[in-house]
Amino acid sequence: MSWETVIGLEVHVQLATKTKIFSAASTAFGATPNSQACAIDLAMPGTLPVLNKQAVNYAIMFGLAIDADICQESVFERKNYFYPDLPKGYQTTQLEKPIVGRGSVTIQLADGSEKAIGIHHAHLEEDAGKSTHEGNLPHGMSGVDLNRAGTPLIEIVSEPDMRSAEEAIAFAKKLHSIVTSINICDGEMSQGSMRFDVNVSVRPTGSSVLGTRTETKNLNSFKFMEEAIEREVERQIDLIEDGGIVAQETRLYNGDTKVAKSMRSKEEANDYRYFPCPDLLPVLISDATIEELRQALPELPDARQKRFVSQYGLSNYDSNHIASDSNMSAFFEVVAKGSSNAKLAANWVMGELSGALNNADLNFSGSPVSPQQLAGMVARIEDNSISGKMAKLVFEAMWKGEGTADEIIQAKGLKQVSDSGALEKIVAEVLDANLAMVEDFINSDESKRKKKLGGFMGQIMKASKGQANPQQVNQILLQKLNELL
Amino acid sequence: MHNYTIAELIKGLQNNEFSSVELTQHFLDRISQLNDDYNAIITVTGEQALNAATLADQRLSLGDAPAMCGVPILHKDIFCTDGVRTSCGSKMLDNFIPPYNATVVENFARDGAVMLGKTNMDEFAMGSSNETSFYGPVKNPWATDSVPGGSSGGSAAAIAARLAPGATATDTGGSIRQPAALCGISGLKPTYGRVSRWGMIAFASSLDQAGPMARTAEDCAILLNCMASFDEKDSTSVDKNVPDYTASLGNSVKGLKIGIPKEYFSEGLHPGTEVAVRKALADLEAQGAELVEISLPNSELSVPAYYVIAPAEASANLSRFDGVKYGYRCENPKDLQDMYCRSRTEGFGEEVQRRILIGTYCLSAGYYDAYYGKAQQVRQLIQQDFSDAFKSVDLIMGPTCPSPAFKFGAKGDDPVAMYLEDIYTIATNLAGLPGMSVPCGIVEDKPVGLQIIGNYFDEARILNVAHQFQQITNWHQQTPEAIS
Repeated sequence: MSWETVIGLEVHVQLATKTKIFSAASTAFGATPNSQACAIDLAMPGTLPVLNKQAVNYAIMFGLAIDADICQESVFERKNYFYPDLPKGYQTTQLEKPIVGRGSVTIQLADGSEKAIGIHHAHLEEDAGKSTHEGNLPHGMSGVDLNRAGTPLIEIVSEPDMRSAEEAIAFAKKLHSIVTSINICDGEMSQGSMRFDVNVSVRPTGSSVLGTRTETKNLNSFKFMEEAIEREVERQIDLIEDGGIVAQETRLYNGDTKVAKSMRSKEEANDYRYFPCPDLLPVLISDATIEELRQALPELPDARQKRFVSQYGLSNYDSNHIASDSNMSAFFEVVAKGSSNAKLAANWVMGELSGALNNADLNFSGSPVSPQQLAGMVARIEDNSISGKMAKLVFEAMWKGEGTADEIIQAKGLKQVSDSGALEKIVAEVLDANLAMVEDFINSDESKRKKKLGGFMGQIMKASKGQANPQQVNQILLQKLNELL
Repeated sequence: MHNYTIAELIKGLQNNEFSSVELTQHFLDRISQLNDDYNAIITVTGEQALNAATLADQRLSLGDAPAMCGVPILHKDIFCTDGVRTSCGSKMLDNFIPPYNATVVENFARDGAVMLGKTNMDEFAMGSSNETSFYGPVKNPWATDSVPGGSSGGSAAAIAARLAPGATATDTGGSIRQPAALCGISGLKPTYGRVSRWGMIAFASSLDQAGPMARTAEDCAILLNCMASFDEKDSTSVDKNVPDYTASLGNSVKGLKIGIPKEYFSEGLHPGTEVAVRKALADLEAQGAELVEISLPNSELSVPAYYVIAPAEASANLSRFDGVKYGYRCENPKDLQDMYCRSRTEGFGEEVQRRILIGTYCLSAGYYDAYYGKAQQVRQLIQQDFSDAFKSVDLIMGPTCPSPAFKFGAKGDDPVAMYLEDIYTIATNLAGLPGMSVPCGIVEDKPVGLQIIGNYFDEARILNVAHQFQQITNWHQQTPEAIS
């Protein structure tokens, strides 16, 4: 029997506000435990929440970015459960009236096709703190860090529209691209800025009835998400084919050990006893606010991709790749405009630069090579001052901070020799010094001659210390050898 | 000095007849002599009070000090006080010292009022007799075998016993008006949103409202002038101008239309109380007010609706008391579950646990619509009753509670009988309306109260009529025998 996979995602996105959703404490990552938790975050008696307007605006911006309905009267509710890192004993969240209604996100797949993934809704809520059970703690004690408690989140709930891990990853990456493009999230997955809960079920191909789903919680990398989905699909299919049934449960996947396990069954699930939070008034959003935010909404990845095709003549693949990353896009545009060869700029940004940044665990905003520097280098390739091979040396030098492309070309004497007189002289010298090779070339079949050209090229480039313009050398060489035939 | 009203004390202080230090010391002395008899005050802040009084005297000597400057008052122990233990009447918070002031406390401190201490109360404001306090019951100065009412029983008894001229209190279902009535003083629950809830430990957030208690309506007006403020820290606080509540006290009641809800004079009302309230209404009629019989048809639903909504909100509000961060934690918990379970079982009293359980049940899956959802619908009906009534009347009046103060233990075994104490007061909380109780008679040697309910933000009119009533009657001047 063949099986169809059905996947839905719940995505927690930390909003890039300076302060928390209901207090004035900082949201900065990585501070000393509990140094960024004020009386409100600690749920001290008598304290009350005051809604952060920026968090509301960011949620509206997300709604606009996915073409969703904005709920103009959304309501915060209390979700009740006990846990030490949940100081109030309830999470303030939204249920019946979330701020963002139905919307849709288009994903691009490897075969070039597109697919629309439905968004059921997105709601505003507060993050919990963190519990630690390891480290320098007295025996039998756990630690609670409430710095993260109260960090604003939007939880994005998709429809079960994805049919493979590939689609789920494409969707997750698209969301990452959208929220970073409109600057409502820093997108730092390793810091937990985006976390994914994956709902997976399988059913016989052709069936329209959904199978029992499991939810794997808190995945914070695309790689772990892909692994978790693939393993879970395999587990469910094996289970059913062996005559078992899938239990509705919450699961955890450990990306380091590659072990997935059940966390709690449906029977153990909490009754959260949601009810409207009496400390907060309904959030009223005017048409004017929505319009204002719509006008100010930064360019979205899909629009950017189309623009890159029409404005710079990039291929579909290249434009998609670059446009999905707002930092890469900004970098690319400076290089493209400064070098007047957008395709070459795209190749360098996607290739050499991306690779180097990746190896150094840096992002585009932290690149040691500025976009202006890279533009200067691409311009020198474009005007034939340096060869592609030379450019790699120039790039390495720029990476090490040795200056602009022109400075490095000058200092290292890397400038390409394109003067035909000088080149002819080098070619003639090389031919004179390698008479045996010339003889061999003349006596070879025509079909094999082309292959033998490489040998001459190597000698000539060596003689020119790599500075000879290869196209020109090729031309001169062919001309001279033809004369000898 | 302890028989002066706040208005008289302000004159005395501003005319230099006595200093705030003298006044403060006088009340501290009375507290140390008499508080053991009534158990009205949990924490006395003597040293701090005298320091504040010294500063107040300096401000007074410079002239142009705010009205409350140098006047000693008490705060209900539900208001957080920076550096002073705030117990909320519970073992759970017996060790809790807040690092911040409630906005109400801050407003009084700003004006130079002197805090004498923190008053006893029903645990987490859950009770109508002050018998649920971890610190023991408060005794009614009119009859020490009787309850003072609750939950602000400590504030009411302290004023009745002349341990302070005024106090802050809170009212979720009658917790200002009922003890005011039972202790023979005046108390006002303002419109929901008029006084900030910041720093006031929450019982039922959509119902809780702070207000003043004093012997006279005029004093309540003076206290409310200081208490009321818009507060950005409380999202439910209303950004509305605070008038001078003393400015309109002298207005005549002539032509005022007073609605008398027939439902407030039904079965269960003590005949003595009814006589006293009807006499008070006749007194106002004699001054030119017009009495109009009205109906609030959904009144009987207010107690059941309240005992769903208030416990539901409380069940969430009290979840933070989990032994993790502050407050009581049980000894040697064997695991997390045990710590939660024992900390809360040992830290909360019986009535608080009962209400947490009721609230948790009402919000549970499968019961929400039948209880919480239904109660919210009833709440709207009750609001509608009042807004219909206020189309034809200016104020609504009736008894504050069904009978004079009952004896300790009289309703101890029967929570529902206790809940019915608030039958006339609860509806105004559900509607968010302002209501006041003023003394209007003595029944069986104990005081009873007249309740005055106004439209939203109509506190000035309530205080005006209460003041006018106190110009033609002397019930507010009656003093318990043991005190005089």
